[in-house]
Amino acid sequence: MTRTPLRPLARILEARQKGENPDAIERENIRLRHEDMRDRARSRAEGRLLVLALFFFCAFAVVGGRMGLMAATEPAEPRAATSTSRIVAQRADIVDRQGRILATNLRTHSLYAQPPHMVDPERAARELVGIFPDLDENRLIKDFTGSRKFLWIKKKLSPEQQQLVHDIGEPGLLFGPREMRLYPNGKLAAHILGGYGFGLESVYAAEVIGTAGVEKAFDDFLRDPAEQGRPLELSIDLTVQAAVERVLYGGMRLMNAKGAAAVLMDAHSGEIVAMASLPDFDPNDRPVPLTEGDQADSPLFNRAVQGVYELGSTFKILTAAQAMELRLVNAFTEIDTNAPLVWGKYKIREWGNHNYGPRLSVMDVVVKSSNVGTANIAMMIGQKRQREFFTELGLFDPTPVELVEAPGAKPLIPKRWSEIVTITTSYGHGMSASPLHLATAYASVLNGGTRVMPTLLKRQAVTPGERVVSEEVSTIARNMLRQVVTRGTATFGEVPGYLVAGKTGTAEKPKPGGGYYNEKVITTFASVFPADDPKYVLVVTLDEPVETSGSKPRRTAGWTAVPVAAEVIRRTAPLLGLRPAIEPGAKDG
Amino acid sequence: MTEMVFGAHPVRDGEPILPRWWRTVDKWTMSCVLLLFGVGILLGLAASPPLASRNGFEAFHYVQRQAFFGGLALTAMLLTSMMSPQLVRRLGVLGFFCAFAALALLPVFGTDFGKGATRWYSLGFASVQPSEFLKPGLIIVSAWLMAAAQEINGPPGRTFSFAITCVVVGFLALQPDFGQACLVLFGWGVMYFVAGAPFTLLIAMAAFVMVAGTFAYNNSEHFARRIDGFLTPEVDPTTQLGYATGAIQEGGFFGVGVGEGSVKWSLPDAHTDFIIAVAAEEYGLILVAFIILLFMSVTVRSMLRLIRERDPFIRLAGTGLACTFGVQAIINMGVAVRLLPAKGMTLPFVSYGGSSLIAGGIAMGMLLAFTRARPQGEIGDILTRRGR
Repeated sequence: MTRTPLRPLARILEARQKGENPDAIERENIRLRHEDMRDRARSRAEGRLLVLALFFFCAFAVVGGRMGLMAATEPAEPRAATSTSRIVAQRADIVDRQGRILATNLRTHSLYAQPPHMVDPERAARELVGIFPDLDENRLIKDFTGSRKFLWIKKKLSPEQQQLVHDIGEPGLLFGPREMRLYPNGKLAAHILGGYGFGLESVYAAEVIGTAGVEKAFDDFLRDPAEQGRPLELSIDLTVQAAVERVLYGGMRLMNAKGAAAVLMDAHSGEIVAMASLPDFDPNDRPVPLTEGDQADSPLFNRAVQGVYELGSTFKILTAAQAMELRLVNAFTEIDTNAPLVWGKYKIREWGNHNYGPRLSVMDVVVKSSNVGTANIAMMIGQKRQREFFTELGLFDPTPVELVEAPGAKPLIPKRWSEIVTITTSYGHGMSASPLHLATAYASVLNGGTRVMPTLLKRQAVTPGERVVSEEVSTIARNMLRQVVTRGTATFGEVPGYLVAGKTGTAEKPKPGGGYYNEKVITTFASVFPADDPKYVLVVTLDEPVETSGSKPRRTAGWTAVPVAAEVIRRTAPLLGLRPAIEPGAKDG
Repeated sequence: MTEMVFGAHPVRDGEPILPRWWRTVDKWTMSCVLLLFGVGILLGLAASPPLASRNGFEAFHYVQRQAFFGGLALTAMLLTSMMSPQLVRRLGVLGFFCAFAALALLPVFGTDFGKGATRWYSLGFASVQPSEFLKPGLIIVSAWLMAAAQEINGPPGRTFSFAITCVVVGFLALQPDFGQACLVLFGWGVMYFVAGAPFTLLIAMAAFVMVAGTFAYNNSEHFARRIDGFLTPEVDPTTQLGYATGAIQEGGFFGVGVGEGSVKWSLPDAHTDFIIAVAAEEYGLILVAFIILLFMSVTVRSMLRLIRERDPFIRLAGTGLACTFGVQAIINMGVAVRLLPAKGMTLPFVSYGGSSLIAGGIAMGMLLAFTRARPQGEIGDILTRRGR
């Protein structure tokens, strides 16, 4: 920009000639320049002020528009509901393998009191006791009239109870929403499902947490909001489970047993289709654990998983199968069965002091259940290989099944694995394992010889585990067990059309101090069916059964566990989708 | 002749004060302010009983106090608006120095009322927040300096005013009270803008704000949490903002009804920072739109009047006052509708608070004084233009 000089020489000279003061020209120019500056500043300020005014106008309009938008949207959720989900995202359902509900949630209300808001505490206490007879009126009056500001009265109310409390009309009695766990099938699969309790509690919500069974084992999964309520699919089949439980309950009553357990497992995948333990309980109203006495007598005790018993002669087939796998014997090798077998200071006798003669084939050792014969086979195998085989079958470790109770149920094994332990273990004495262990071992040996892992979760695809015995050995072992049913100790186990193969086991119960009871036994029948194409493994165990229909009480597995197992198979096989094999003779006759 | 001799009829040298004031003052703006104050009392009736019951006073204790301070504030506003701009400037500068001294002495004599920031002097029956009074004072001083800088051979007023503002911002940040600090800085910024800030500098400042914001976001957890909370689309319903959002949606267009609202029971700041949520819940969008309209009229109308103003000091000071007033309202309401990140800021004349009311009254009185109609020398303009 060109600046006009404050004292332009031409005008100064002119002024001097006229005798005027040349400074006036300078002042005049300064004034003009100043005015010019102010004009420019003003016009600039005018523009910028206009911009500012526009900006503020727009800003206010935006705020107002946003306010209008928000006012136009419906409130997304009532506030009470949003604060409910702060503690718990809804717990996922548990369903069986067909998607039928085993455990779900129910919205109820809890009842609490705020005594400072109460109008008539005495009347409120009186009426409450009328609705809930288990409450103590004096106690309530003391709480309501004392210094307490808040107290819980009931954790869960039915709608009828809520209405009754509502009708009291007491402003100090308030309801908080509660989500509770509901097991619609009652006692069914109680030990598998476990139970629940409340964790953190507030007026608006309470945490539902699993306390036992799969509820606890999968607590994180069930509560994980990321799973978006995807149900937990168990391998259990509701109808089969119901049939097993009913038959087992009837069998337990008929055989005068104090407890019973059953495991029905898919022989190839290890999925547990049904698992029952009696006596049982209702998970909707879980009993408190025993504070004294033997926990094994509590209905909460899961005999199928937690109960470790000496399972008796059912182990013999494992010994025979291993001997055949090692090619030490075949099914027809003659074994010395001279009873009693004297080994050091021990005498090995047969059941009931039988003597099966000098020699029996391996087949007959199993069919007749000879302790001496099995002991001789075990000595051929030797303790090292026996232990390796049992480890391979998972008999030395807790079962990996998905229950919180499972890791605690470690088989009881003698500390020193001496030669005599090898001998006794071969026919199932001296070490204890759970029925689930036995079912897993049977499935592994008899399904064609591949290891299975027991599981309570529905499996999508079956991948065969590592091989424990060869295909032929597995077939021969099944054949032996089939003959146990047709002509051996388990003739009551025959179910027409389903080719049941199995092995009995009767073990005297150990006394707590040492030694064995004479009259108290654990009887077990471990079976696989159908024998020609093994699909399922069933283990039935009865605790202290006695069959009293004959002239003298009978306690062997053949008289107690086997008929119960046969009934279970008869009832469940059709439910499992197995077709009975029509025998050729049946058509004619 | 008789009158000249006996002096029976004294001649006044101009128009009487009140008629002149009534003739020249911006009556629309003044009505808006009075309406805002009325809305504040109305909302105080709704919003403050929970606070009163919490503090053990009778239900309308805070409404009475608000009315009392409001009376003082309106008196101060009317008195200030009658002053000449020159007197306003003189008193403003004096007031600035007093308020600044009070601010500087806060760490020694102030009290924090257990809120973690030392911002108040406790006077027993009431408390005084010097920063509220400092704001209009600082605007006057800055405008004076900037206007002086536009004279030939004037002082470097922009630099001086910037230095003073920085010192004040530093003291405010020490309290800490970042909300007021930002407001003060913003007020100086708009005045500088109107006074002719070079565009390159404006762009550089915008860039600097962005860099500083990023730096603060990465290094201050408190700051980052606020920004994150602002940027997430869903709002946690248990926070203050969540309650405010719920209240606005609950209210809809016509509100849930007088006294029927519930948000005032959940929000600790229902009578100050979130009073707009109470308004929205109980009276609906209608009242909110009315409040916004009032604030917009005051701000935009004042600025449009200031466009015609020729005196650089009046123009700058008026701009600063109007913008501070407007931006405070925008921030307060913008937070409630989640347009802006959470920042505690009172709604002028509506929120409860003695200091902010009285200081707001004084500031508004100054603005009214500056926006009064006065001769702008148009005739002289025409004459000199013609002469050139």
